[in-house]
Amino acid sequence: MYSKGLAPLAAATVVTLTAALALVFFYAPLDADQGFVQKIFYIHVPMAIVALCGWVAGGIFAIRHLRSGDPSWDLRSYVAIHLSIILGLGVLITGAIWARASWGHWWVWDEPVLVSFLVTFLLYCVYYPLRFAIEDPERRARYSSVFAIAAGAFVPLNFTAVRLAEAYTHPRVLSQTGGDLPGEMRLTFLVALVGMTLLFVTLWKLELTAKHAAAQLNKLRRRRAEREAVAA
Amino acid sequence: MWIAAPALPLDEAGKYVAGAYVVFLALVLIYVAIMAAKLSRFERELSELDELAERRVEEEPRDAEEVRT
Repeated sequence: MYSKGLAPLAAATVVTLTAALALVFFYAPLDADQGFVQKIFYIHVPMAIVALCGWVAGGIFAIRHLRSGDPSWDLRSYVAIHLSIILGLGVLITGAIWARASWGHWWVWDEPVLVSFLVTFLLYCVYYPLRFAIEDPERRARYSSVFAIAAGAFVPLNFTAVRLAEAYTHPRVLSQTGGDLPGEMRLTFLVALVGMTLLFVTLWKLELTAKHAAAQLNKLRRRRAEREAVAA
Repeated sequence: MWIAAPALPLDEAGKYVAGAYVVFLALVLIYVAIMAAKLSRFERELSELDELAERRVEEEPRDAEEVRT
Protein backbone atom coordinates (compact mmCIF):
# COMPACT_ATOMS: atom_id res chain seq x y z
CA MET A 1 0.00 0.00 0.00
CA TYR A 2 2.70 2.50 1.05
CA SER A 3 5.44 0.88 -1.01
CA LYS A 4 3.89 1.96 -4.33
CA GLY A 5 6.49 3.86 -6.34
CA LEU A 6 9.16 3.43 -3.68
CA ALA A 7 11.82 1.97 -6.00
CA PRO A 8 11.73 4.78 -8.63
CA LEU A 9 11.55 7.34 -5.83
CA ALA A 10 14.66 5.87 -4.20
CA ALA A 11 16.46 5.89 -7.57
CA ALA A 12 15.47 9.54 -8.15
CA THR A 13 16.74 10.40 -4.65
CA VAL A 14 20.14 8.78 -5.28
CA VAL A 15 20.49 10.49 -8.68
CA THR A 16 19.47 13.93 -7.35
CA LEU A 17 21.67 13.76 -4.26
CA THR A 18 24.64 12.59 -6.34
CA ALA A 19 24.04 15.45 -8.77
CA ALA A 20 23.78 17.86 -5.85
CA LEU A 21 27.12 16.68 -4.41
CA ALA A 22 28.77 16.98 -7.83
CA LEU A 23 27.40 20.52 -8.21
CA VAL A 24 28.49 21.48 -4.68
CA PHE A 25 32.10 20.42 -5.15
CA PHE A 26 32.69 20.88 -8.91
CA TYR A 27 30.31 23.61 -10.09
CA ALA A 28 29.31 26.05 -7.36
CA PRO A 29 31.89 28.84 -6.93
CA LEU A 30 33.62 29.55 -3.61
CA ASP A 31 31.88 32.15 -1.48
CA ALA A 32 33.80 35.44 -1.30
CA ASP A 33 33.29 35.86 2.48
CA GLN A 34 33.10 32.30 3.77
CA GLY A 35 35.35 30.46 1.37
CA PHE A 36 35.20 26.65 1.32
CA VAL A 37 33.28 26.46 4.63
CA GLN A 38 30.19 27.81 2.84
CA LYS A 39 29.85 24.36 1.18
CA ILE A 40 28.24 23.22 4.45
CA PHE A 41 25.34 25.52 3.57
CA TYR A 42 24.21 23.16 0.75
CA ILE A 43 23.54 20.37 3.23
CA HIS A 44 22.64 22.35 6.35
CA VAL A 45 19.96 24.66 4.93
CA PRO A 46 18.05 22.07 2.83
CA MET A 47 18.03 19.79 5.89
CA ALA A 48 16.60 22.62 8.02
CA ILE A 49 13.94 23.53 5.45
CA VAL A 50 12.87 19.90 4.94
CA ALA A 51 12.82 19.26 8.72
CA LEU A 52 10.61 22.31 9.34
CA CYS A 53 8.29 21.35 6.45
CA GLY A 54 8.16 17.78 7.80
CA TRP A 55 6.99 19.04 11.19
CA VAL A 56 4.31 21.17 9.53
CA ALA A 57 3.29 18.17 7.37
CA GLY A 58 3.04 16.12 10.58
CA GLY A 59 0.54 18.70 11.88
CA ILE A 60 -1.48 18.59 8.65
CA PHE A 61 -1.64 14.77 8.74
CA ALA A 62 -2.72 15.04 12.39
CA ILE A 63 -5.59 17.35 11.39
CA ARG A 64 -6.68 14.76 8.82
CA HIS A 65 -6.49 12.09 11.52
CA LEU A 66 -8.68 14.05 13.92
CA ARG A 67 -11.17 14.86 11.16
CA SER A 68 -11.44 11.33 9.76
CA GLY A 69 -10.53 9.13 12.73
CA ASP A 70 -8.42 7.03 10.34
CA PRO A 71 -5.35 5.78 12.27
CA SER A 72 -3.26 5.67 9.07
CA TRP A 73 -3.11 9.49 9.15
CA ASP A 74 -1.74 9.35 12.69
CA LEU A 75 0.92 6.92 11.45
CA ARG A 76 1.80 9.29 8.59
CA SER A 77 2.03 12.18 11.08
CA TYR A 78 4.23 10.18 13.47
CA VAL A 79 6.65 9.08 10.75
CA ALA A 80 6.92 12.64 9.34
CA ILE A 81 7.70 14.04 12.81
CA HIS A 82 10.13 11.20 13.57
CA LEU A 83 12.08 11.78 10.34
CA SER A 84 12.09 15.55 10.90
CA ILE A 85 13.61 15.01 14.36
CA ILE A 86 16.42 12.97 12.77
CA LEU A 87 16.99 15.70 10.18
CA GLY A 88 16.74 18.30 12.96
CA LEU A 89 19.57 16.55 14.79
CA GLY A 90 21.58 16.76 11.57
CA VAL A 91 20.78 20.47 11.29
CA LEU A 92 21.98 21.14 14.84
CA ILE A 93 25.23 19.21 14.36
CA THR A 94 26.07 20.63 10.92
CA GLY A 95 25.08 24.10 12.17
CA ALA A 96 27.45 23.74 15.12
CA ILE A 97 30.25 22.69 12.74
CA TRP A 98 29.53 25.71 10.54
CA ALA A 99 29.42 28.01 13.60
CA ARG A 100 32.76 26.66 14.79
CA ALA A 101 34.35 27.21 11.38
CA SER A 102 32.79 30.67 10.86
CA TRP A 103 32.55 32.15 14.33
CA GLY A 104 35.08 30.11 16.31
CA HIS A 105 32.36 28.78 18.65
CA TRP A 106 30.34 25.56 18.49
CA TRP A 107 27.24 27.32 19.76
CA VAL A 108 26.19 30.98 20.10
CA TRP A 109 23.37 31.54 22.56
CA ASP A 110 22.50 35.08 21.41
CA GLU A 111 21.84 33.93 17.84
CA PRO A 112 18.00 33.78 17.54
CA VAL A 113 17.85 31.42 14.54
CA LEU A 114 20.03 28.80 16.25
CA VAL A 115 18.23 29.01 19.57
CA SER A 116 14.76 29.02 18.02
CA PHE A 117 15.61 25.89 16.01
CA LEU A 118 16.90 24.23 19.19
CA VAL A 119 13.67 25.19 21.00
CA THR A 120 11.60 23.69 18.17
CA PHE A 121 13.74 20.54 18.16
CA LEU A 122 13.41 20.12 21.93
CA LEU A 123 9.65 20.73 21.68
CA TYR A 124 9.37 17.82 19.25
CA CYS A 125 11.59 15.63 21.43
CA VAL A 126 8.69 15.75 23.94
CA TYR A 127 6.51 14.04 21.33
CA TYR A 128 8.12 10.61 21.97
CA PRO A 129 7.50 10.36 25.73
CA LEU A 130 4.00 11.76 25.21
CA ARG A 131 3.19 9.24 22.50
CA PHE A 132 4.69 6.16 24.10
CA ALA A 133 3.43 6.90 27.59
CA ILE A 134 -0.18 6.23 26.51
CA GLU A 135 -1.07 2.58 26.14
CA ASP A 136 -4.52 2.82 24.59
CA PRO A 137 -3.82 3.13 20.82
CA GLU A 138 -6.86 5.30 20.11
CA ARG A 139 -6.11 7.76 22.90
CA ARG A 140 -2.41 7.75 21.99
CA ALA A 141 -3.21 8.65 18.39
CA ARG A 142 -5.63 11.40 19.46
CA TYR A 143 -3.28 13.02 21.99
CA SER A 144 -0.34 12.75 19.59
CA SER A 145 -2.39 14.44 16.88
CA VAL A 146 -3.32 17.31 19.18
CA PHE A 147 0.36 17.77 20.04
CA ALA A 148 1.38 17.55 16.37
CA ILE A 149 -1.14 20.23 15.40
CA ALA A 150 -0.14 22.63 18.21
CA ALA A 151 3.58 22.14 17.59
CA GLY A 152 3.08 22.25 13.80
CA ALA A 153 1.41 25.66 14.16
CA PHE A 154 4.30 26.82 16.35
CA VAL A 155 6.90 26.09 13.62
CA PRO A 156 5.88 28.78 11.06
CA LEU A 157 5.00 31.22 13.85
CA ASN A 158 8.43 30.78 15.40
CA PHE A 159 10.15 31.07 12.02
CA THR A 160 8.29 34.29 11.16
CA ALA A 161 8.86 35.82 14.59
CA VAL A 162 12.60 35.20 14.39
CA ARG A 163 12.80 36.66 10.89
CA LEU A 164 10.85 39.74 11.96
CA ALA A 165 12.90 40.24 15.12
CA GLU A 166 16.36 39.66 13.76
CA ALA A 167 17.09 39.72 10.06
CA TYR A 168 20.78 40.52 10.03
CA THR A 169 22.69 38.27 12.41
CA HIS A 170 22.24 34.97 10.56
CA PRO A 171 23.00 34.43 6.86
CA ARG A 172 19.76 34.72 4.89
CA VAL A 173 19.76 32.38 1.96
CA LEU A 174 16.22 32.79 0.72
CA SER A 175 13.92 35.76 0.98
CA GLN A 176 10.87 37.15 -0.75
CA THR A 177 13.14 39.07 -3.11
CA GLY A 178 15.11 35.93 -3.96
CA GLY A 179 18.06 36.22 -1.58
CA ASP A 180 21.62 37.12 -2.54
CA LEU A 181 22.72 33.88 -4.19
CA PRO A 182 24.42 34.03 -7.59
CA GLY A 183 23.03 31.76 -10.35
CA GLU A 184 25.40 28.78 -9.91
CA MET A 185 24.97 28.75 -6.15
CA ARG A 186 21.19 29.08 -6.47
CA LEU A 187 21.00 26.14 -8.91
CA THR A 188 23.20 24.00 -6.65
CA PHE A 189 21.12 24.90 -3.62
CA LEU A 190 17.85 24.10 -5.40
CA VAL A 191 19.14 20.70 -6.58
CA ALA A 192 20.30 19.95 -3.00
CA LEU A 193 16.89 21.02 -1.69
CA VAL A 194 15.06 18.78 -4.18
CA GLY A 195 17.42 15.90 -3.28
CA MET A 196 16.78 16.37 0.42
CA THR A 197 13.02 16.52 -0.14
CA LEU A 198 13.15 13.32 -2.19
CA LEU A 199 15.23 11.66 0.53
CA PHE A 200 12.65 12.64 3.14
CA VAL A 201 9.74 11.32 1.07
CA THR A 202 11.61 8.08 0.26
CA LEU A 203 12.49 7.39 3.90
CA TRP A 204 8.96 8.38 4.96
CA LYS A 205 7.44 5.86 2.53
CA LEU A 206 10.01 3.23 3.53
CA GLU A 207 9.19 3.56 7.21
CA LEU A 208 5.44 3.58 6.54
CA THR A 209 5.89 0.38 4.50
CA ALA A 210 7.87 -1.22 7.33
CA LYS A 211 5.28 -0.19 9.93
CA HIS A 212 2.46 -1.49 7.74
CA ALA A 213 4.32 -4.82 7.27
CA ALA A 214 4.84 -5.06 11.05
CA ALA A 215 1.12 -4.48 11.66
CA GLN A 216 0.18 -7.15 9.08
CA LEU A 217 2.62 -9.59 10.67
CA ASN A 218 1.15 -8.95 14.12
CA LYS A 219 -2.32 -9.56 12.74
CA LEU A 220 -1.20 -12.90 11.24
CA ARG A 221 0.43 -13.90 14.50
CA ARG A 222 -2.70 -12.99 16.48
CA ARG A 223 -4.91 -14.94 14.08
CA ARG A 224 -2.69 -18.01 14.39
CA ALA A 225 -2.76 -17.78 18.18
CA GLU A 226 -6.56 -17.52 18.10
CA ARG A 227 -6.83 -20.60 15.83
CA GLU A 228 -4.52 -22.58 18.07
CA ALA A 229 -6.57 -21.58 21.10
CA VAL A 230 -9.79 -22.73 19.35
CA ALA A 231 -8.17 -26.05 18.26
CA ALA A 232 -6.95 -26.73 21.78
CA MET B 1 29.60 39.06 13.43
CA TRP B 2 28.98 36.44 10.76
CA ILE B 3 29.93 38.70 7.86
CA ALA B 4 33.04 40.03 9.60
CA ALA B 5 34.54 36.56 10.15
CA PRO B 6 37.47 35.93 7.77
CA ALA B 7 37.37 32.92 5.45
CA LEU B 8 39.33 29.88 6.68
CA PRO B 9 42.12 28.53 4.45
CA LEU B 10 41.16 25.46 2.40
CA ASP B 11 43.19 22.94 4.44
CA GLU B 12 41.50 24.07 7.67
CA ALA B 13 38.01 24.51 6.20
CA GLY B 14 38.16 21.09 4.54
CA LYS B 15 37.88 19.16 7.80
CA TYR B 16 34.77 21.11 8.85
CA VAL B 17 33.10 20.60 5.47
CA ALA B 18 34.02 16.90 5.50
CA GLY B 19 32.73 16.63 9.08
CA ALA B 20 29.35 18.13 8.15
CA TYR B 21 28.89 15.83 5.14
CA VAL B 22 30.01 12.79 7.14
CA VAL B 23 27.42 13.64 9.82
CA PHE B 24 24.69 13.73 7.17
CA LEU B 25 25.88 10.48 5.60
CA ALA B 26 26.17 8.79 9.00
CA LEU B 27 22.61 9.79 9.95
CA VAL B 28 21.21 8.41 6.70
CA LEU B 29 23.28 5.20 6.92
CA ILE B 30 22.33 4.55 10.57
CA TYR B 31 18.67 5.09 9.71
CA VAL B 32 18.84 2.78 6.67
CA ALA B 33 20.75 0.14 8.70
CA ILE B 34 18.05 0.18 11.41
CA MET B 35 15.34 -0.12 8.76
CA ALA B 36 17.23 -2.99 7.07
CA ALA B 37 17.53 -4.82 10.42
CA LYS B 38 13.81 -4.38 11.02
CA LEU B 39 12.91 -5.61 7.54
CA SER B 40 15.14 -8.68 7.87
CA ARG B 41 13.44 -9.48 11.19
CA PHE B 42 10.04 -9.24 9.49
CA GLU B 43 11.27 -11.50 6.71
CA ARG B 44 12.46 -14.09 9.28
CA GLU B 45 9.17 -13.98 11.17
CA LEU B 46 7.22 -14.22 7.95
CA SER B 47 9.15 -17.30 6.84
CA GLU B 48 8.49 -18.87 10.28
CA LEU B 49 4.77 -18.24 9.85
CA ASP B 50 4.94 -19.64 6.32
CA GLU B 51 6.64 -22.81 7.57
CA LEU B 52 3.98 -23.22 10.25
CA ALA B 53 1.21 -22.76 7.68
CA GLU B 54 2.82 -25.33 5.35
CA ARG B 55 3.17 -27.82 8.19
CA ARG B 56 -0.49 -27.31 9.02
CA VAL B 57 -1.51 -27.96 5.38
CA GLU B 58 0.53 -31.18 5.42
CA GLU B 59 -0.99 -32.30 8.72
CA GLU B 60 -4.61 -31.52 7.81
CA PRO B 61 -5.18 -34.40 5.28
CA ARG B 62 -3.53 -36.83 7.72
CA ASP B 63 -5.88 -35.69 10.49
CA ALA B 64 -8.87 -36.03 8.17
CA GLU B 65 -7.84 -39.62 7.25
CA GLU B 66 -7.48 -40.54 10.92
CA VAL B 67 -10.98 -39.21 11.58
CA ARG B 68 -12.40 -41.26 8.67
CA THR B 69 -10.77 -44.50 9.86
